[in-house]
Amino acid sequence: MKITVQNQEAYAYTGGKPFDAALPCVVFIHGALNDHSVWTLLARSLAHHGHGVLAVDLPGHQRSAGPVLPDVEALADWVWALLDTVGVQQAALVGHSMGSLIALEAASRQPERARRLVMVGTAYPMKVSEALLNTAREAPLQAIDMVNSFSHSTWAAKPSYPCPGTWLHGGSRALMRRVQASQTQLNLFEHDFKVCDAYANGLEAAAKVACPSSLILGERDQMTLPRHTSALTTALKAQVYTVPAGHAVMAEAPDQVLAALRRSLASQPTSGS
Amino acid sequence: MPGHSDPGFDTLALHAGAAPDPTTGARVTPLHLSTSFVFESADHAAALFNMERAGHVYSRLSNPTTAVFEERMAALEGGVGAIATASGQAALHLAITTLCGTGSHIVSSGALYGGSHNLLHYTLARFGIETTFVKPGDIDAWRAAIRPNTKLLFGETLGNPGLDVLDIPTVSSMAHEAGLPLLVDSTLTTPWLQKPFELGADLVYHSATKFLSGHGTVVGGVLVDSGAFDWDAAHARHGKFPELCEPYAGFHDMVFTEESTVGAYLLRARREGLRDFGACMSPHTAWLILQGIETLGLRMQRHVQNAQKVAEFLTGQPMVNRVGYPGLATHRDHALAQKLLPRGCGSVFSFDLKGSREQGKRFIEALKIFSHLANVGDCRSLVIHPASTTHSRMDDAALALTGIGPGTIRLSIGLEDADDLIDDLKRALKAAAK
Repeated sequence: MKITVQNQEAYAYTGGKPFDAALPCVVFIHGALNDHSVWTLLARSLAHHGHGVLAVDLPGHQRSAGPVLPDVEALADWVWALLDTVGVQQAALVGHSMGSLIALEAASRQPERARRLVMVGTAYPMKVSEALLNTAREAPLQAIDMVNSFSHSTWAAKPSYPCPGTWLHGGSRALMRRVQASQTQLNLFEHDFKVCDAYANGLEAAAKVACPSSLILGERDQMTLPRHTSALTTALKAQVYTVPAGHAVMAEAPDQVLAALRRSLASQPTSGS
Repeated sequence: MPGHSDPGFDTLALHAGAAPDPTTGARVTPLHLSTSFVFESADHAAALFNMERAGHVYSRLSNPTTAVFEERMAALEGGVGAIATASGQAALHLAITTLCGTGSHIVSSGALYGGSHNLLHYTLARFGIETTFVKPGDIDAWRAAIRPNTKLLFGETLGNPGLDVLDIPTVSSMAHEAGLPLLVDSTLTTPWLQKPFELGADLVYHSATKFLSGHGTVVGGVLVDSGAFDWDAAHARHGKFPELCEPYAGFHDMVFTEESTVGAYLLRARREGLRDFGACMSPHTAWLILQGIETLGLRMQRHVQNAQKVAEFLTGQPMVNRVGYPGLATHRDHALAQKLLPRGCGSVFSFDLKGSREQGKRFIEALKIFSHLANVGDCRSLVIHPASTTHSRMDDAALALTGIGPGTIRLSIGLEDADDLIDDLKRALKAAAK
């Protein structure tokens, strides 16, 4: 659906059902150079089982108008502004990669409004190598191929996403190229990488998060290494789920991510959280 | 597994879409001859039908063996996915009907396989889909033929049987300027000789019966989507693609472009065309084609080497009027072929025999290695007389548009020793000359 957020048109996929603000809300936040379509199976599943779902396109990405926002903090504020617009007080925040940092920051900025925090394919800090930043700046299509290759752990993830017969490498590459082309004001890939690289408030943010938190990690992730999550896990007192996938977690292991997400959303607050 | 770049063609041809079977350890892709697949629970069943989860339900819609073939073809073409079909003709039908219905119009190259021409000119016209045919090299004609209701441009990478080289960069640019996709039949070139998506095409289909299988054992087709065409942007401009950009009552009111930014076309094709028309591929066929694809690169290399040698031999023969192979400098599209097909121009081409129809008949019947039959792309060499067989339903004017004459002979050069093929042709030419 289209909504106006911070005076710009924004898009959120609602899982194949009209959005109902009265239902428990789940917000899905995509990663760098992606859009809502990385979440559609999960979003459909939750939307058809009692949730109000908003899988957003971040500002300046694909269906949401620009300008792009400069950092994780601004994007976190945008998420709450979007929820204000649709009349949602509390929501579960689910983010992948760059989106996971946005979800974390959002959960820390308005902790009373975050019902659950789920960080998928994440690490902190999410530093991007100088070489990759340079390639993203100088040759974004080449950088897309590099990231695409590093993000997939296999040439035969089954049952594939969103359905059998899909070549995940090709789908991911085409999506990144499309999102990059959709933003004509700047090099979006470089921008998104810089947003990830620059975020320095992760542990402070984690300390402020008041809701139950989970990490869903690809055991073969080479972009955001699972071993780089220990401080975050401790700070969040997070439940960690590991699934057989690379960084493209939702595409390579959709059923396992769904199962982990359901458990995350159903988890009860623990003492001190 | 991951590296800095995508793996090469031969690696993908062996591995893309397949891994050792997790249950049995079988290294080769298992053949899943099962019409249907057991649901884990009632909720799982509902989720599969509602596209909340991915998986196999019924083999008309998808099958584990067939999916390996589809994913491998998408990998080799550089696309986002593929749909295997019962034949190349079924792939063409699926490609068209996913976008077109009554009142739609197609602009097509006139240099087509006879069956494709028939589908467009006669059969689809019965269902209200019109086609305007143009000479593939006449770019102004392509542009002029586009109408307000045109939804698709279509051509063969190498026009059958004259081997007109489709100028994909130019035709696709023109199509995109008009907000239209370009569909190409890449059967004669295969992704080893040319990757149409890299040149600007949006959709590719193959008769997998030919080089992909390579052994003349099965009939099949496959439709591949680049994922590059922006259906939403085009629809916002001219409103021609409601099938992908507006709710579809036939499948949960799904808006396919919302569901998948780059896979919308294939979702609609699978959820509607494959489901309702039902021209699916047998998993057994998919399994056999997978065996062929494993050696596609090696075979195509030999095919084009042999074809070039045979074409050069025929060029010097007194009984031969014309050899229509773009690998020869005499072909009108030779320069374009060198640019768009640097690895070779395939191994199917035609030549014109001098003399009467009777001499043509003697030529074909004198061949010992070449088999006289209606197929191309086999590992064995093949021969046919198009005017009396594949293109027999076309009148003289339509034949002329495709560059076929009454003495035209079409060869499909196989993997035999090139010297033996040349000896066979020498003997047949002598027989024809008597």
